[in-house]
Amino acid sequence: MLQVLGQNVLNALQLGSVYALIALGYAMVYGILTMINFAHGDIFMVGAYLSLAAAVFLLGLPFKAPLPFVFVGALLFSMFLTALLGVTVERLAYRPLRQAPRVSAVITALGVGLFLENFTLAMLGPQPRHFPGLIPMQPWNIFGLTLTPLQVLIILLAALLMVLLDLLIRRTLLGMAMRAISYNRPIVPLMGVPVDRVISLTFAVGSAIAAAGGLLYGLAYPVLDPYMGIRIGWWAFIAAVVGGIGNIRGAMLGGYILGFVEIFTPVLLPASTYRDFVAFSLLLLLLVFKPTGLLGRPMFERV
Amino acid sequence: MAAMLSIEELTHHFDGLCAVADFSLTVEPGELVGLIGPNGAGKTTIFNLITGVFRISQGRIFFEGQDITRWPSYRITAAGIARTFQNIRLFKDLSVLDNVRLGGFARHGYNIWQALLHSRGFRREEQAWLRQAYELLERFNLTRYADTVARHLPYGEQRRVEMARALISGPRLLLLDEPAAGMNDAESQALIQLIRDMQRDFGLTIILIEHQMRVVMDLCQRVKVLDFGMTIASGPPREVQHDPAVLEAYLGKDGALAE
Repeated sequence: MLQVLGQNVLNALQLGSVYALIALGYAMVYGILTMINFAHGDIFMVGAYLSLAAAVFLLGLPFKAPLPFVFVGALLFSMFLTALLGVTVERLAYRPLRQAPRVSAVITALGVGLFLENFTLAMLGPQPRHFPGLIPMQPWNIFGLTLTPLQVLIILLAALLMVLLDLLIRRTLLGMAMRAISYNRPIVPLMGVPVDRVISLTFAVGSAIAAAGGLLYGLAYPVLDPYMGIRIGWWAFIAAVVGGIGNIRGAMLGGYILGFVEIFTPVLLPASTYRDFVAFSLLLLLLVFKPTGLLGRPMFERV
Repeated sequence: MAAMLSIEELTHHFDGLCAVADFSLTVEPGELVGLIGPNGAGKTTIFNLITGVFRISQGRIFFEGQDITRWPSYRITAAGIARTFQNIRLFKDLSVLDNVRLGGFARHGYNIWQALLHSRGFRREEQAWLRQAYELLERFNLTRYADTVARHLPYGEQRRVEMARALISGPRLLLLDEPAAGMNDAESQALIQLIRDMQRDFGLTIILIEHQMRVVMDLCQRVKVLDFGMTIASGPPREVQHDPAVLEAYLGKDGALAE
């Protein structure tokens, strides 16, 4: 019994890590622009495909590339290109609407999401792609729990990325500028802060982290399809709202909570089909009793 | 040597309404120039045009010989022009110390990696920045409020936080927008002294918008008087005070400017 519980906790942490990584992107963009970037789930999807492309390319090299090298190569490649994609989307689709009503930007975001899904579909076709295994899968047995190196890698790498991001927000000039913009945008340029550049960098960082999430997700659940970003994007979005939209640490917390909801619903209830029902009920309840989310309010922590 | 600031034939409209008409002003280094006029005369608009808050459609502005007419705000601030605001614009949810620190953003050059790795250069720069912020708090008598959230501060103190925040960016030109608003006699007397000290100690050139004539008379070497966007008089404050056009703008036909 305890073993089943422990095993599920591990699974929940693994899945929650991915949700947390994606939820961060929603939170960062909301924090700085008070806009929900509904294309973010699809940016995650593109990140997963770019990881796949890089992995397949590196595995196909004439000499036999060591797997850790392939993993790091795919990670960096997809983080970089996805960051570029995020910046481009902001530049072309959102920035021209900066002064327009918020609804216009949100609808545009939905449109960008549809574009990314259908562009991927048109380029690659509807058949799912298999993600090659890069990380050894043979499990370790510890206290009766089976733990794979992949699980450890996902949980630790996600945690590392989140710690780095938290430091970035709290400690760097960029983070300081991001927080300042979330507090009082009109006067920030007068402090000498290049607001447009800060917004671009926010999209770059959020998208790169989503790409890392895409690679880790592809390794753990090795089937990619062009619509995978929709469900995962929604779950990550709920995670961001549960944690307190706009709050970075809240998004991380919300990601893990949603991971637990997804894994434990089929354990506690008769069927896994209840999991969306449970997740959205949780969201509704939370919004009734704590509309700002668990860690709501201050957009980012104090300087 | 180039003038500190040179504004040439600046004109600005809001929805067809002329807010600033054909405004020109040259300010030499070390000067303290006043900008006065009734409410709605276009004074704050001129500050907003200088600092890039509004786009300039007609006219040009040079700062230390450089054409800054089309520059974005953040570059203008980084170049050495700082300002305060008529209605206080602090980061209300941040502490006083952080408000002041933020003002120094443009002067700091460490990059993301240095910051993440907590490198020595980063720590040294952070410490210098913090020390400077504390020095300014000290000078403005705000030390005990360092950790107070800005919105909880009394009005007068908030004004001083704005000045400290402007100074930490290392400006050479400071634009003060009604610093004495809402102050009583004793307070504005102290403010006059504070502005004098600031100008001397930081080698500042200052443009001052102010309604309290006493402050203007005491501080400014010369003033420009605006009314409905038009420059109606300029010169030393004592002369301008008796200019018939100025009297009319302020008080109607036959009044006298209150001192």
